[in-house]
Amino acid sequence: MSDALSTRYLEIQGVDQIFSTKKGDFQALKGINLAVAKGEFVALIGHSGCGKSTLLNLMAGLTRPSAGSLICANREISGPGPERAVVFQNHSLLPWLTCFENIYLGVERVFGQSALVDGKTRENKPQLKERTDQALALVGLSHAAQKRPGEISGGMKQRVGIARALAMEPQVLLLDEPFGALDALTRAKLQDELLAIVAKTSSTVVMVTHDVDEAVLLSDKIVMMTNGPAATIGEVLSVKLPRPRSRVALADDARYLQYRKAVIDFLYTRQAHVEKT
Amino acid sequence: MFLALLKEGLAKTVPPVLGLALLVGIWSLVAMGSTNNFPTPIETARQAIDVFSNPFYSNGPNDQGVGWNVLSSLKRVAMGFGLAALVGIPLGFVIGRFEFLSRMFNPLISLLRPVSPLAWLPIGLLVFKGANPAAIWTIFICSIWPMVINTAVGVQRVPQDYMNVARVLNLSEWKIITKILFPAVLPYMLTGVRLAVGTAWLVIVAAEMLTGGVGIGFWVWDEWNNLNVKNIIIAIFVIGIVGLLLEMALIKLATAFTYEEVKS
Repeated sequence: MSDALSTRYLEIQGVDQIFSTKKGDFQALKGINLAVAKGEFVALIGHSGCGKSTLLNLMAGLTRPSAGSLICANREISGPGPERAVVFQNHSLLPWLTCFENIYLGVERVFGQSALVDGKTRENKPQLKERTDQALALVGLSHAAQKRPGEISGGMKQRVGIARALAMEPQVLLLDEPFGALDALTRAKLQDELLAIVAKTSSTVVMVTHDVDEAVLLSDKIVMMTNGPAATIGEVLSVKLPRPRSRVALADDARYLQYRKAVIDFLYTRQAHVEKT
Repeated sequence: MFLALLKEGLAKTVPPVLGLALLVGIWSLVAMGSTNNFPTPIETARQAIDVFSNPFYSNGPNDQGVGWNVLSSLKRVAMGFGLAALVGIPLGFVIGRFEFLSRMFNPLISLLRPVSPLAWLPIGLLVFKGANPAAIWTIFICSIWPMVINTAVGVQRVPQDYMNVARVLNLSEWKIITKILFPAVLPYMLTGVRLAVGTAWLVIVAAEMLTGGVGIGFWVWDEWNNLNVKNIIIAIFVIGIVGLLLEMALIKLATAFTYEEVKS
């Protein structure tokens, strides 16, 4: 793999996003340029409505940009696909399928059909089931395999959502405020689990969050966005904390506090006023 | 403990029993005050025992047991309703899935839906040249609308989250239909089915009064011609109970297929 590809694995070039509304055009994003290296963990942070999720949806290919281009592994992103797995804010599990079946649906699509995604070889049913079981074990939910989403807690649902995404062995993992709806303790637990999983799989991750601690704890790079409309990237902060990271040890680490302060300064001093549209 | 159970049991049984008692009371009063031989509840009950002791006799086409009459009506409902489901549910799916078809069919549905079912009967008689197919046609045309409309609404209301999952996983159209659309639409569809069966059961009585033959509606009309009011009242109860059983069975079916929605 060339060096250019590994440092600019996922690249966003001059992206604008304009939505047509009844009141006329609304420019959500303006002139976004960003490069994500392979294996890098990037957090997108900003105030509500600044277009973080809009940007993530563009990376997922769920929406197309009004201008500019998005490139992943040297290929233009032309639509959604399992190579860029998304963990949705509200987990989006199918309520009529068990946890196992929810994950299997994705696994079957990626590994059960020959050469459809990146020339991965076609696997048989036991192999697909094995993959699904492994994904469930990874998030510690083997015991809940045969339960329906309605029968498990919010934290467990979110873990199934993460397992579904990871089981597809995506090139990029896109997380849209994955822990936003959870209580603080569950959130901390899942953040630790995510850290461990990402370390194990060395995934490339882009995560939308509005939690400063979460951003500093998890990421290599924090992308801070200005307030909308016409939001853009205000500042990019490299977080050079050694891994593995421990939230307890970092709690009074001077560098950690410094990074934290830098993000808070940006969010609450320089971007404090949410402009009215 | 025992007393609490007893209390709960009473709280559950007393109101419905009182309701029935009220109905029988009013009926008795009407029967007593009536000058034209309106039967009392007791006379009717005796007659009912008589009628139900031999529900499946057959003395030619115009004199058959109540069981045969109910079964013939149910058969017509099943055929008309089945055809309506066969046409209505797929039609609802495509109307829900494609904006163009929705715009094309919505004015037609709005125009035809409020038409009284019996207005369709002459058309059926004209086209099919027979009483039985005409009755089935009437059931078909009046039970199709709830299924088309509810299925279409169900398809339009499939949460965008589920469709996004389908897009990210890049599922085939077949998988989208079987794993996402169909289960998501099923509760709406079953609501449509329930409304349709209810309507069909309402309509069959009226249709059979006009077309004749064997059937519970015809039986009511026949007993009116015989001035046998007791049997008419029995028929009313039978129609009510059969309708109730159909409704209950379909509600049971619907709850088995309803799942917790995603909370956003």
